[in-house]
Amino acid sequence: MLQQAFNGLVGGAFYALLALGLAVIFGMLGVVNFAHGAFYMLGAFGSYVLLDSFGVNFWIALPLVPLVLGVVGVAVERLFIRRLAPLDPLYNFLFTFGLALILQDLVKRQYGVQSQPYPRPSALEGSIDLGLFTYPTYQVFVLAVSLVLCGAVWFVLARTRVGMIVRASTERPELTRALGIDVARWVTPVFGFGIALAGLAGVLAAPMRAVNPLMGADLIVTVFAVVVIGGLGSVFGSVAAGFAVGLVSALGNYYVPSLSQTLVFILMAVVLLWRPAGLFGREEVAL
Amino acid sequence: MILSKLAGRPVLLAVGLVAALALPWFVYPPVALDIACWALFAVAVDLLLGFTGLLSFGHAAFWGGSAYATGLIALHSGLPFPVAILGGAAFAALLALPIGFLSVRLRGIYFAMVTLAFAQMVYFVANQWRDVTGGENGLQGIPRELFGLDLSDPFYFYYAGIPFVLAGLFVAWRIVRSPFGCVLMSIRDNPARARALGYSVDRFKLLAFVLSAALSGLAGGLFAIGHGFASLQGVYWTTSGEAVMMVVLGGIGTLWGGVIGAALIVELNDYLATAGFQETGIITGGIFILVVLLFRRGVWGTARDLLAGRTARRRPAEPAREKAETPA
Repeated sequence: MLQQAFNGLVGGAFYALLALGLAVIFGMLGVVNFAHGAFYMLGAFGSYVLLDSFGVNFWIALPLVPLVLGVVGVAVERLFIRRLAPLDPLYNFLFTFGLALILQDLVKRQYGVQSQPYPRPSALEGSIDLGLFTYPTYQVFVLAVSLVLCGAVWFVLARTRVGMIVRASTERPELTRALGIDVARWVTPVFGFGIALAGLAGVLAAPMRAVNPLMGADLIVTVFAVVVIGGLGSVFGSVAAGFAVGLVSALGNYYVPSLSQTLVFILMAVVLLWRPAGLFGREEVAL
Repeated sequence: MILSKLAGRPVLLAVGLVAALALPWFVYPPVALDIACWALFAVAVDLLLGFTGLLSFGHAAFWGGSAYATGLIALHSGLPFPVAILGGAAFAALLALPIGFLSVRLRGIYFAMVTLAFAQMVYFVANQWRDVTGGENGLQGIPRELFGLDLSDPFYFYYAGIPFVLAGLFVAWRIVRSPFGCVLMSIRDNPARARALGYSVDRFKLLAFVLSAALSGLAGGLFAIGHGFASLQGVYWTTSGEAVMMVVLGGIGTLWGGVIGAALIVELNDYLATAGFQETGIITGGIFILVVLLFRRGVWGTARDLLAGRTARRRPAEPAREKAETPA
């Protein structure tokens, strides 16, 4: 039971990292990034290719792949997202949907749909004794990294000047601009950062989950449900809902296995009935 | 000039009808049926996106859900296939009621995400409920029973199926041209004003959602009968996206656009598949991105506006009609 709960937290770590990226991108740009799952998948494939073709190990891939994807994200924002920004947000949603299809099928064409193996880094093999039960070291590492990152993002947003600017331009872009802050300057790095987070989640997933072109497509819809539950655009809500959904589906998997995958969406329906803007969303978002 | 004058006129309708009836002579008959089914599906999605201002990213639930319902009725009851298809459409409408009730309260992108998540719920149920849906194998060997008539040849089945598509398209056209359709468009353009005029906005949206789902179900059911199977692919989110793609490619808010977009995408996919190119997402996704970036009016919308613009220049006395007023 406790072990199930821990499994849930580890699964929730991935939801939280992806939902966090989606939330900051949505908050700053008003864009729901459908390609987020595809960038997660690229993160996993990036580390696979680095190891398989160049012998570059996990510890180098861990910072390198998110960095490269972050740069790709910056380019995507500069070249495309920016052009669509003045229009109905639906066009950006549709653009990222098309992008997701292209990325997914490009990888599929190159590597097929079979899952690629990725070994655990040797330092994180085996398991450790957590007192109540022993648990695979790698999973504990994933959970720790995720918690540290979410905490760091929270700290930056809540306690630093950069965070203040980002929060201000998320909530009142015109007023922030009127105070002499160049909001547009922050949009690109925030998008790149969100993409880098998705890539990092992908690198972390590689040794644990099957590395295949569809891994992001299946995950992204669940992450959408997570951010709806947490309240779209709410950073804290997304992270909290990520871990909560991980817990609920792991416990659900334990007690009612047939329902486990649907449980997230049932949870979402219940939350929406009760609070249409999500648990931590601002009421104004729902009409 | 020609297009804009003919849009919505009997001549254009006659051309469309002749094209629909002649289609299996020009393209491989199973592909012709696919085009017809996807065209109705795209038009149903456009009823929400183009005329009500709601981007549903979960219509696979109704298309694929009806495919299962239709398949189950046809497999287990021995009733003629039209009954099965109508049963599937009714099932889709019933399914749309709770989903729509929860979703129409949300705006824009929130609506898209929530419909997507609900559709995924349907996907998981279809995947898990193996005894009924066949899980990953789907439903196979769905019969095409029609009072002992032999419809195994796709060429003949096309003609058995096309009346349903045409009827569905006619319903969509009637909805758009009705007072009800005008209310939907007013909700699209200015929900606050529509509410101020006394219209119960959410109820109209819900009704549009259910009607759109029923038409999607009609299309999905016919598709399932035509192929003889219902699969998980039909309820997966990429199917919803594909329908939206057809609408955007053809032209949002133009019923003809959905039909043209469907024909183009189905033909393209068929061509790529015959050429042995399986990763169609690279091409279709690329085209879709280009349309979103450069031709947001879509094929039909662009053609109509170009021709309308020329008319306006030639005869300045007669102003070009507003886009919203001519939903052809």
